[in-house]
Amino acid sequence: MSATVAPRRHSRLRYRMNRWTVEAASIVLGVVLVVWSVTPIYNMIVIALDSHDDIFSGSLWPENASLESFRVVVTQDFWYLAQFWHQFGNSFFVGLMTAFMTLFIGSLTSFTVGRLRIRHGWLLTNGALMTYVIPASFLAIPFYRIIQIYGLGNNLWSVIAALTTFATPYAIFIFSQYGKSIPMELDESARIDGASPWQIYYRIYLPLMAPALVAVGTYALLLAWNEYLYNFLFLSTPQSMTVAVALAQFLNSDESPWNFMMATAIIYALPPMILYYGFRRYMAAGLTMGGVKG
Amino acid sequence: MGWIGADPIYATVFLAPYAAVFAGFVVYPLVFGLWMGSDPALYARLFSDPRYVTTLANTLILVLVGVNVKMALAFLLSGFFFDRRWWKQALLAVFLLPWALPALTVFLSMHYMLVTEWGLLDSLWRSVTGEDGPLFLVSQPIAMTCNVLAYIWKFLPFWTLVLLGARMAIPREIYEAAAIDGASSAQCLRYVTAPLLANVYLICTLLSVVWTFGDFPTAYFVSSGAPARLTDVLATYGFHMAYDFGYPRLGVAAMLSALPFVVPLVWLLMRRVRRGGVQL
Repeated sequence: MSATVAPRRHSRLRYRMNRWTVEAASIVLGVVLVVWSVTPIYNMIVIALDSHDDIFSGSLWPENASLESFRVVVTQDFWYLAQFWHQFGNSFFVGLMTAFMTLFIGSLTSFTVGRLRIRHGWLLTNGALMTYVIPASFLAIPFYRIIQIYGLGNNLWSVIAALTTFATPYAIFIFSQYGKSIPMELDESARIDGASPWQIYYRIYLPLMAPALVAVGTYALLLAWNEYLYNFLFLSTPQSMTVAVALAQFLNSDESPWNFMMATAIIYALPPMILYYGFRRYMAAGLTMGGVKG
Repeated sequence: MGWIGADPIYATVFLAPYAAVFAGFVVYPLVFGLWMGSDPALYARLFSDPRYVTTLANTLILVLVGVNVKMALAFLLSGFFFDRRWWKQALLAVFLLPWALPALTVFLSMHYMLVTEWGLLDSLWRSVTGEDGPLFLVSQPIAMTCNVLAYIWKFLPFWTLVLLGARMAIPREIYEAAAIDGASSAQCLRYVTAPLLANVYLICTLLSVVWTFGDFPTAYFVSSGAPARLTDVLATYGFHMAYDFGYPRLGVAAMLSALPFVVPLVWLLMRRVRRGGVQL
């Protein structure tokens, strides 16, 4: 009896110790990940809370922590920030228009390919994905010349056009995959009732695609808001700039208003953060929607 | 089936917007860019520039080291986060913060963490050791390392999520069968998870490599090319040539010089996707 009980107790103890070391290691890894992820963000907050003298004091937390920089940004009290709210509005405009155009063009295209079942529709979807084969920064220089040729220089619509171009293929791909779950019988019964393709698109397809529309729209909005290169390339005056371009201007400053810059950066980073954490469930769905098989 | 006659008209009208976008903003710039970079003399000039050679080397380091370390970590961390416990889900939310925030803001923050002796890291060093810390952006190897680490920091969360999603697609029964056969968790990882995720992992790596060749924000903001443009990558070098130097065709040529690397990878990627699909 004792011969069988003792080994079992010993192995159970070893099992429990094993579990505890794994748990402890997990917690250590968790702490490491938090420090790793948060340090640059902590740095942003520290610099934003600095007064001008604190920036070069080399302390880990500002001695005179103040919200002065935020006040300066919000009241546009610095010459780089003179148009801050207008630029913020520009960023929103670009983001919302990009999302709208992406959704509109993407859903029309995937509707045509998937529901109207044109021949060689797969060619269009795959061809669209070819857009991603060339990294966006490589297209930037010729794109700049093209925008000049189209006469859209220094115009927000140039950025909207560029970003829509980069977001739409992904939208078409997601909509095609998601659309496969909508039965064709709905279309057919609508046709029997005399609906035109536009009515089917508007009254049946779009409402049923709502989750995919939200996921892709959020993605397009985030893409447009976070984007820098094309914004910088096309927009050159304070009136037309978006916040991203205005923010990067600080780098060229002879003064060193790092605290204003970080305060601007934090305010600029708030909408994507809110959007991301608010819509996280939909965006995660967007990532997996592309994996619907068959 | 109803309106066979009207279909083509609707189809054409519906497809017109995207066709216009594609023709006007993808094909035209692409063709224009290829024309801009078509002069062989440009490439002769490129290869005679020592900065270009350094830039190419930097880009390859970012791609080969950065992407592979990032994907390996993503694979391991996706296992770590494959867990329903509340603290791990909360941790995942924090872990995703680098990816949710705009690249511009976080890379600027990193730049100011590293530059001068009053950045956060040097201040930390001083408070711990009492001496001045290293100057990160004055030495090329250290600055390159910072760029690679910043790149991993920013993009690791996204790929972790992707691989986590792939892990979730693995049926539970396989793991249960392995457990019945007496497999330890290490053996499960090696004989069950790894082979099943191999296809997705390869596709993700290839895609990430293609995209990283054109990575712009990391080198532009974190090190800003310091010291003296020795940590440029192809995108920032090309940009510098085009806009600071006023020689756009050289800039385009610099970026096109990555095509011999990118095109075979894309071909490989297309073949993979066509054969296996984007699934386990």
